[in-house]
Amino acid sequence: MSAAPEIEHVDILVIGAGPAGLAAAASTASAGLTTLLVDENASPGGQIYRRITRSPFVDAAILGDDYWEGRPLVADFEASGAAFCGETQVWSLDATRRVGMSHKGRSRFVQAERVIIATGAQERPFPIPGWTLPGVMSVGAAQTVLKASALVPDGRLVIAGQGPLIWLYAAQHLRAGGTIEAILDTTPRANYLAALPLLPQFIGSRYALKGARLMREVARKTRIVRHVDALRAEGEDRVSAIRYRVGKKESRIETDILLLHQGVIPHVNLAMAAGVAHRWDERQACFAPVLDPFGQSAIDGIAIAGDGAGIGGAEAAAERGRLAAWAAIKALRPQVEDKVPPVEEILKALAGAEKGRAFLDRLFLPRKQFRVPVEDDTIVCRCEEVTAGAIRQAIKIGAAGPNQLKAYLRCGMGPCQGRLCGLTVTELIAAERAISQDETGYYRLRMPVKPITLGELAAIEPDARAVSAVVRE
Amino acid sequence: MFRRIASANAEMVMIEVDGVPVTARRGESVAAALLASGLSIARETPVGGVPRTPYCMMGVCFDCLVTIDGIGSRQGCLVSVEDGMRVSIQKGRRALA
Ligand code: FES
Repeated sequence: MSAAPEIEHVDILVIGAGPAGLAAAASTASAGLTTLLVDENASPGGQIYRRITRSPFVDAAILGDDYWEGRPLVADFEASGAAFCGETQVWSLDATRRVGMSHKGRSRFVQAERVIIATGAQERPFPIPGWTLPGVMSVGAAQTVLKASALVPDGRLVIAGQGPLIWLYAAQHLRAGGTIEAILDTTPRANYLAALPLLPQFIGSRYALKGARLMREVARKTRIVRHVDALRAEGEDRVSAIRYRVGKKESRIETDILLLHQGVIPHVNLAMAAGVAHRWDERQACFAPVLDPFGQSAIDGIAIAGDGAGIGGAEAAAERGRLAAWAAIKALRPQVEDKVPPVEEILKALAGAEKGRAFLDRLFLPRKQFRVPVEDDTIVCRCEEVTAGAIRQAIKIGAAGPNQLKAYLRCGMGPCQGRLCGLTVTELIAAERAISQDETGYYRLRMPVKPITLGELAAIEPDARAVSAVVRE
Repeated sequence: MFRRIASANAEMVMIEVDGVPVTARRGESVAAALLASGLSIARETPVGGVPRTPYCMMGVCFDCLVTIDGIGSRQGCLVSVEDGMRVSIQKGRRALA
């Protein structure tokens, strides 16, 4: 690994340094392809292995074994000769694989033979009344500051939602000396029954035993309220309480910090803006890119690996990274193909890593009312402060899809570019108009997918192509 | 909103938040340093003037926008603290400089 070089042309550009990106970059670089891995964070690891190379923790037990399992991935990457550039935001990618990226306020373009998008997952929006109040954060956010900065919430803490991350974070938080007032588990009763037929598959997977152990560890020390079916965060200038309902019974807990989480979804912005087709995935209730078995999109030389290709977890992400790398090596250096692990081996490992996923998907499919807000005062678009009620009204008077909604309400036009409202808006329109999510579609995303200043754009050295476009002899 | 747990790998740096000196751990994000600062760090949104604090800490929500060394609307959760950095909390719409 070398320090941020000024590369203008590379064989392989990998975007995102989580398990998929690390594995992909290590494979292509080891095969002799010039490889650049970029990430928004300063050090590699992605969200799951956040700051693993520079962890502030002395006591490794707090974060647990699953976290430290990221070490060999990073070590392989560092030994591979691939370059890493951190604190780098990719803001454009087109079909010619010319990639615009910004690093510490300066932008440049890199031309790549192949691009592997490994931008991973983001947490699913969790639009409840009051979720914009100060003191309300996602569980992933709290886990990030725990891993990266060894911070724990100060004061009373309530966690609400569902999914494996809640139990993992709760256990880490307790080990770090924290306390939890209550976990409000929103997993619907019906999900347990629906997931039952998939249980045998799951039992044999590595998640089963670990998950059960984590839940027991947390339950010993924490009050758990199950089958919660409504949530409302209360407070004036910041959150002061959470109101919740189980069946007909309403209750309220005072709190200083409220953490929300209901699973993760592919982070689609860069791939969609580049023109990669996406389809609604019924099983995971989100949009996922249309890819061949090796992660290749219909755009020549652009592949997607890891959770951005559909949620599969860290282990599957690494295998999908290797798979995308294998396809890239085969295309660019067929002569070294026999020096890299055979594709059958990768496919087998991937199948193993994906075992049990269907059970988790079904068990943790969030309840409809937590995906499509029932109460009209719930903010859907956090940036432009647009409520579910306003969106329903706009649909009534003619807004047919997410893009028309922009014109009516500026919904999705704030700095986050729909990342925290896009899915909700699609599902809300689909529900109101009784049409499918595919028919409803998603926001049309455009470059730049991350905001950059005009000054930064203007300061990029023009290349020959740009000059010839405007200069006439 | 957050407190630091004891940790030996804690090389500290000093930043300034609206003129107030704040200690931060080298390598952490500006948003994390703010969360641990004990100060009231809520920005006010340009749309409704309502208070917000960081929500996602991974570059997605843009609720961590701050002015860093004079440059406005930077994502505090994606910028690492540096010694002497001057951070200010944004209130309402930013003036066009
Ligand atoms: S806290 Fe969400 S973008 Fe920074």
